[in-house]
Amino acid sequence: MNSLPVRKMRTVAGKTWPWFLFAGVVVLWAYSLLRADFVFGRKAGENLASFLVEMASVLPPMFLLVGLFEIWVPRKVIERYAGLRSGMRAVPWMILLATVQAGPLYVAFPVAIGLWRKGCAPRNVFIYLGAFSAMKVPMLTFEVAFLGWRFSLARTLISIPLFVALAVAMERLLPSNFRPPALKEPSNRGDGLGSSSLEEGSF
Amino acid sequence: MISLWIITGVALLVSLAADRRKTQAAAFKGLKMFVGVIPILLGVLAAVSLVLTAVTPRMLEGILSGTGLLPFFSALGVGSIALIPGFIAYPLAALLRQNGASVPVLAAFITSLMMVGVLTLPLEARYFGWRAALLRNGLALCGAVVVAAGMAWVLR
Repeated sequence: MNSLPVRKMRTVAGKTWPWFLFAGVVVLWAYSLLRADFVFGRKAGENLASFLVEMASVLPPMFLLVGLFEIWVPRKVIERYAGLRSGMRAVPWMILLATVQAGPLYVAFPVAIGLWRKGCAPRNVFIYLGAFSAMKVPMLTFEVAFLGWRFSLARTLISIPLFVALAVAMERLLPSNFRPPALKEPSNRGDGLGSSSLEEGSF
Repeated sequence: MISLWIITGVALLVSLAADRRKTQAAAFKGLKMFVGVIPILLGVLAAVSLVLTAVTPRMLEGILSGTGLLPFFSALGVGSIALIPGFIAYPLAALLRQNGASVPVLAAFITSLMMVGVLTLPLEARYFGWRAALLRNGLALCGAVVVAAGMAWVLR
């Protein structure tokens, strides 16, 4: 089953599918230029374009900030405020960090990994992700405008204890020695965990 | 959006003034991480735009309004798979409510939309591994049920 050629093929498939999908949408969009009645292709292309604009407007500064964070913020600071012994004091910090940011959830992943690398407890990393997805200030104003403050307030107040509880559950359910694959990437010097072969095969 | 660029710009300038070399290292590090996720990000966004195009607001109205458990579970399913930006999702939710979608259905839809991302799983797994990514999304889906139940109870 897992002979070398098969594994190699799986790795190749794992690396090329995003390009095929992307090219597929571009082809659909190009075809809609030729045939005006092909609305699906035009709309798919427009949707993709709007997502690309969103990505280009949020991700570069986000990654620059993560880079600056990794170089400048001392590990001790993160360990003190959000480390394994920080307890529930870390919750407001994680919520504050999450709510001032903008964008879809995938923007938060590199920040979460950066926090993890600096000694943030897994629980707090997942509290950050929970807060990022469930309660962002810019989005709240939107929610209030369209669904009313009763709906918005109730949803937020129910969500806070919930994502904290889910984060604690995540920490318990993951093995105690769990480390995300992104931490093992060779890009971070000084971590010394070496090869990323484990990650390569996981797609 | 603009504030993010301003904050980043200021941070970059302060960092440059403090230490040129460290700033270069930081920028290089950030850039490398960005370039590393671009392929998978393009694939995920392409998949999302296909789904978003195939599923129209009118279809959602049909599926999510009405009573009983079917709209509720459909809301969870659609919310988990779709990745709709907030500025589209909230007007859509308001429209659904006008057309008779109940509070629990709306709460399930909004919560799963924000906390569960089936289409972004490959991206999440690249950072956290498949195990943690699946676990987080599974728990978040259960969380959406809890939020919906809580909303139904609070806003009776």
